[in-house]
Amino acid sequence: MSKARTSHLRSASVHLALGAYTLIALFPVFLTIVNSFKNRNAIFRAPLQLPGPESFSLIGYQTVLKQGDFIGYFSNSLTVTCVSIFFVLLFGAMAAFALSEYRFKGNTLMGLYLSLGIMIPIRLGTVAILQGMVATGLVNTLTALILVYTAQGLPLAVFILSEFMRTVSDDLKNAGRIDGLSEYAIFFRLVLPLVRPAMATVAVFTMIPIWNDLWFPLILAPAEATKTVTLGSQVFIGQFVTDWNAVLSALSLAIFPVLVLYMIFSRQLIRGITSGAVK
Amino acid sequence: MTSLDETGPSTPLKRPIRWHILIFLFPALLVYTAVMILPLFQTLWLSLFNVVDDQTVFVGLGNFKTLFGDQRWAADFWNALKNNFIFFVIHMLVQNPIGIALAAMLSIPKLRLAAFYRTAIFLPTLLSFVIVGFIWKLILSPIWGVAPWMLGLVGAKSLFAPWLGLPHSALITVSLISVWQYVGIPMMLIYAALLNIPEEVIEAAECDGVTGWSQFWKIKLPLILPAIGIISILTFVGNFNAFDLVYTVQGALAGPDGSTDILGTLLYRTFFGFQLQLGDRSMGATIATVMFLIILAGVSLYLFIIQRRIRRYQF
Repeated sequence: MSKARTSHLRSASVHLALGAYTLIALFPVFLTIVNSFKNRNAIFRAPLQLPGPESFSLIGYQTVLKQGDFIGYFSNSLTVTCVSIFFVLLFGAMAAFALSEYRFKGNTLMGLYLSLGIMIPIRLGTVAILQGMVATGLVNTLTALILVYTAQGLPLAVFILSEFMRTVSDDLKNAGRIDGLSEYAIFFRLVLPLVRPAMATVAVFTMIPIWNDLWFPLILAPAEATKTVTLGSQVFIGQFVTDWNAVLSALSLAIFPVLVLYMIFSRQLIRGITSGAVK
Repeated sequence: MTSLDETGPSTPLKRPIRWHILIFLFPALLVYTAVMILPLFQTLWLSLFNVVDDQTVFVGLGNFKTLFGDQRWAADFWNALKNNFIFFVIHMLVQNPIGIALAAMLSIPKLRLAAFYRTAIFLPTLLSFVIVGFIWKLILSPIWGVAPWMLGLVGAKSLFAPWLGLPHSALITVSLISVWQYVGIPMMLIYAALLNIPEEVIEAAECDGVTGWSQFWKIKLPLILPAIGIISILTFVGNFNAFDLVYTVQGALAGPDGSTDILGTLLYRTFFGFQLQLGDRSMGATIATVMFLIILAGVSLYLFIIQRRIRRYQF
């Protein structure tokens, strides 16, 4: 009897602690979104109240959509992120297949060489990267960002994918070989479909840092036409520091896509992280 | 390195060059080498040169001497390094213990709402630094007054100060904002490690009467030490390479009075220039090299010393 009571007490205190931390994690986001729908007076007088009939206002959103090219920034970010992920997955999977499937001289060395980039951040090469981009005329193009992000994503992708490809059965691949499939067909038609869950994990791991990066857009592509959402909102909000409606609306606009994507993919993402992809 | 793959297999059987291996490896190697490895080494190489009378000349370790010893540079550099170190220590002392504690609670079997807590606590990690930085700037702003009002709820309104604006509290505040954002990562990695502990081990512990807290300290913690090692080194690399949050919250000058300046912001200002300061490629490369050496030292320490000492258990 007393044991049951202590376990109740314990689970209550666990819920209290987790609930409190959840509140800390969500409160700032909640506060921003709620206040972006209110008029100026209400923002200051009652920041915690939900927007009511008399405090509701979309003035901030109107300012933001009129003045900033958010749709342009958004499509830049989307292009850069999607194209980079595509190349990371394709090139990463190809290299991972070569490393896990074939035995050749220098295999281990190649694996080590490719995994150097997991620990050493690409940012440290910025000085020479900018120099190279200037020399090839790629400054202020989305191509520059795509190249950098592809290089940045490859090491982890090769590492995770080759771990997974080792688990694909050899019998299956050999059966394919006997049936006269080329090595390329074995890779594209047999192996790739089997490692799709691992590809999803890699895609998520690759996406987050690319979408949120400020450093490379700021240095390699700061022009208006190539600004990403992250850089765009940074510059935009900087101009409107005193217009609280506009700032809160701009922030909410930047949060929405992430929030929606997270709600759709959170299960997949969390399963990816906890499934032992990072060992 | 590529010449190695052209050679055939190690078996004595004579086979033609297996071109497909090369084709599978080539795109990844090309992009990775051209955009990451070469620029990295070129940057390290550049740190040995400087511009004298419009001519690029080899100066050996001269740039490092300037960075560590010259009045103008040394003060900024040592300040940034010290701040970066504090930034890292705060993450290790606050972020990782909170992450471990949250993971320990989440991994309690049959805990209700666990999926909801997990999803909610991980959310800030996905937001960009720009969003996080501005949100906290607004919340901590004395003009809006949300923070003082909330302190008022617990009767501590007098404790409020414009923390981001005061030199002695700005760095701690920025670090805590970063902790708030990133606590999800140690939480998830430790959570995964805790889930991987086999049932039998826990059951055996329970049969021996080891439950609750002592079970966590004596059974689970030693088993998740490798995961704690990984989050420590991830935190280290991430912190000594940080830039975005400080830039968003405090600007490139990392004010007030350089009190939140870390190596990333110093590198940005030095290399790219800011306001009246002109960009200096050689000194930028020098600072990047120092950051590289610091990160390399940390990673080697982890790989060659810490990781080997941690006892791993095979189940």
